[in-house]
Amino acid sequence: MTWGRENRWRVAVVLIGLAFTLFAPGVLQLFTIINLTTAIALAILALSLALIWGYGGILCFGQTAFFGIGAYAYTIAAINFGGSTWAVLVAVLAAAAFAAIIGYFVFYGRVSDVYMAVITLTVTLILYNLLRRTSGPEYKIGSALLGGFNGITSPPLNLPWAPYSMLFPQHVFYVAMIALIAAYVFSAWLVQTHFGRVSVAVRENELRAELLGYDIRFYKLALFTIGGALAGLGGIFFANGVGRVTPDMFNLYSSALAIIWVIVGGRGTLVGPVLGSFALFYLIGWLGTQNTVNINLVLGIILIIFVLVVPRGLLPTLVRWWDAGRDRRAMQRRELKLRRRRGTRAAEATHEG
Amino acid sequence: MRGEIVVETRNLSMHFGGVKAVDRVNFNLWENELRCLIGPNGAGKSTFFKCLTGQLTPTAGDVVIRDFTATGRQPHEVARLGVGIKTQVPSVFDGLSVEENVWLSARKWHNAARAKSLTRDTLERLQLGDIRGLQVGLLAHGQRQWVELGMVVAAEPWLVLLDEPAAGMTHEETERTAELIREINRTATMIVVEHDMQFIRMISSRVTVFHEGQILIEDTMDVITADPRVREVYLGHRHP
Amino acid sequence: MDLFIALVLQIVYGIANLVLISMGLAIIFGMMRVINLAHGEFLMLGGYTVVIATNHGVNMWVAMLILAPLVVGVIGIIVERCLIQFLYGRMVDTLLATWGLSLLFIGLVTTLFGAQTETTISPPLGFIQIGAYTSSAYQLLLIFIAIVLSLAVYAVLKLTKLGLVARATMQSADMASALGVSTKRIYMITFGLGAAVSGLAGGLLAPVTGVLPNIGATYIAKAFITVISGGAAILAGTTSASILLGGINGIMSFITGPTLGEVALLAAAIILLRLMPRGITGRFFRKSL
Repeated sequence: MTWGRENRWRVAVVLIGLAFTLFAPGVLQLFTIINLTTAIALAILALSLALIWGYGGILCFGQTAFFGIGAYAYTIAAINFGGSTWAVLVAVLAAAAFAAIIGYFVFYGRVSDVYMAVITLTVTLILYNLLRRTSGPEYKIGSALLGGFNGITSPPLNLPWAPYSMLFPQHVFYVAMIALIAAYVFSAWLVQTHFGRVSVAVRENELRAELLGYDIRFYKLALFTIGGALAGLGGIFFANGVGRVTPDMFNLYSSALAIIWVIVGGRGTLVGPVLGSFALFYLIGWLGTQNTVNINLVLGIILIIFVLVVPRGLLPTLVRWWDAGRDRRAMQRRELKLRRRRGTRAAEATHEG
Repeated sequence: MRGEIVVETRNLSMHFGGVKAVDRVNFNLWENELRCLIGPNGAGKSTFFKCLTGQLTPTAGDVVIRDFTATGRQPHEVARLGVGIKTQVPSVFDGLSVEENVWLSARKWHNAARAKSLTRDTLERLQLGDIRGLQVGLLAHGQRQWVELGMVVAAEPWLVLLDEPAAGMTHEETERTAELIREINRTATMIVVEHDMQFIRMISSRVTVFHEGQILIEDTMDVITADPRVREVYLGHRHP
Repeated sequence: MDLFIALVLQIVYGIANLVLISMGLAIIFGMMRVINLAHGEFLMLGGYTVVIATNHGVNMWVAMLILAPLVVGVIGIIVERCLIQFLYGRMVDTLLATWGLSLLFIGLVTTLFGAQTETTISPPLGFIQIGAYTSSAYQLLLIFIAIVLSLAVYAVLKLTKLGLVARATMQSADMASALGVSTKRIYMITFGLGAAVSGLAGGLLAPVTGVLPNIGATYIAKAFITVISGGAAILAGTTSASILLGGINGIMSFITGPTLGEVALLAAAIILLRLMPRGITGRFFRKSL
């Protein structure tokens, strides 16, 4: 069983994360820290997709829908409530509810993989198209104007129940990192529970999971909802990091990016896509300043190359080669043992005959 | 010797467009039986099997498993009645280890501690202990079939449905499988769909012969192999 | 009465619009079960071909009806040869690769032509009066072309040898190949034709929507929903889904406004898929074209 080894790596990752949280604000510039908050938000989104796609086998091309809904719900709720305390809860619940509704229709309708992917992509695109058209003053929820393609400015997080004590950017960074680490620990724990292991089994072979008595529709719905909630959580920090929420969170480019993190970082690991999201965040930022190559072009080429050459992503491909190699060596040794045993038996038999 | 009827189909029919794969089948299975379903390709055995497991919703008729109307139910609902199912093409979790495969079955019914010991015992019983940590996808066909059997057994079902458990196995493996099946039959009622006549002789007393979606004859192996209708069905019509 | 006619016209135009933007995708999907995520970009490229050609003096109708399908059709064939053919059977990977392709095209066009278009073209043919309401005559033309396109697809599938071979391959690729059909060639031709139809649609819609590198995104949501709701049959699926969804969209838009009209379209599609997971033609009209 590889659980022991995996968990040792995970503990190491968490420790590195905690160390980073403590030391980064002292070492890095304020602007970098604020930028990082946005990157962390995206990393939480990557984590949610790593969980539902990498482990659960649920192919969702529109995970940004829940991310965006979380961000918008946070912003709208914070504006209406005059503070962020309950807005945070609203954001996660709104994202989870939305995921649950879509999940119900897709999983209980037993819609195929491919359709699921396209439907979820379509949902996020429709949200994009819808929100872009909400420029007029008549489009508002409570006291929050939806703002069309300009979006809404997001109130920053404040200390719980103290709406006037808004957090400084460094403190928002702390909260974001803690959230990321907590989400990571939660996900790592989840995949090792009975529930998590069944979800992986469902990914491997739906029919067999059903024949063992598991209601796969429920397992997929539950995992998908959890993934939606996590994405919504990420949305909150995106709203804080960027300072505003816009319909662009839902567009084709953002959705593709989420998928690319998982493809590049690795399907089947939690930390791979997280690292992938950080790497691409800075790559894209750098390319933006260079102004040489169009970013869509770069992302498109990366996606195509990875699909053709390294479909499982970097991290798992390496791990798999190692595991498969080790398994094959074990099998070869067993075969050898059996052959020797048969050899002696055959020799004895011919002796008799 | 008879006991109660545990599986019953009434006028069961499964049509695919114009094809009547299963045609008004009335089938009865008694407790502790080991019944084999045989018949040439396309006779409807596997389709009938899938109607029992919930993989297919019959066009007409009913499937009753111990007073529970199983017609058109979801496969997991049928499985939860205590039915263990092995499909024609091995349905296993290729990316997971042998142990994990069996564990998932045991854990559905028991708590973590009992599941662990039950998994260990099942692996021993099926002699899969050596390969417990290997990925099932890498195993040979015969071994994968046994892993699937292990998963079935670990759930401790009272009714076991096997579709071609000996397919693609060597003679040695077939003998071992027959032994296993006889052992399972001591505590469970069984239906086995098979092609291999030799194998059937090793395991069963009563055999149901399917032909063109209907039951042709139901009797012991000796009677069936002597029956001229069965020979005709297998070897083709003889023109007078 | 005038309002009624104008409204009916709007709804029919909405349906025709769906048919135009979905047909190319449906052809590829119906044949190869491939959802081409770069579909929006084929439409976009058709639009760009028309705008650029017209700006260089080519007659607009020639650009729309001949040049756009030709150019995008060739691009489609190149894409099929260089990318798609390596991924047959790998549904998920095809989705991902075509998504990468979509980004690639957007990036290429932005690099070559900039993020905004210099000059656009305006809808030709002017307006017609229906009582107190004016409608665009161009919309009428598009409705007409959508009908002609559907008939053309029907004719090709039903009456030509290519159509027969294509249908055989759709039903059973193995059998067709055993009978000597080069399935590879069929896939290539079908992909090219699907791309050409998309190019045609994109070119025709260029005056209506304008031309930008990322204009594809506005089309694909509706195109995908229509094709998936329609199911595997190319013609029956696209037309039935377009009529149903376009009708609901049109009626709701009239009652509550375009925003909720779109929501209604999506909601209708989701409910439809819940009831018929393989699309309309998965349940009804199963043996149709």
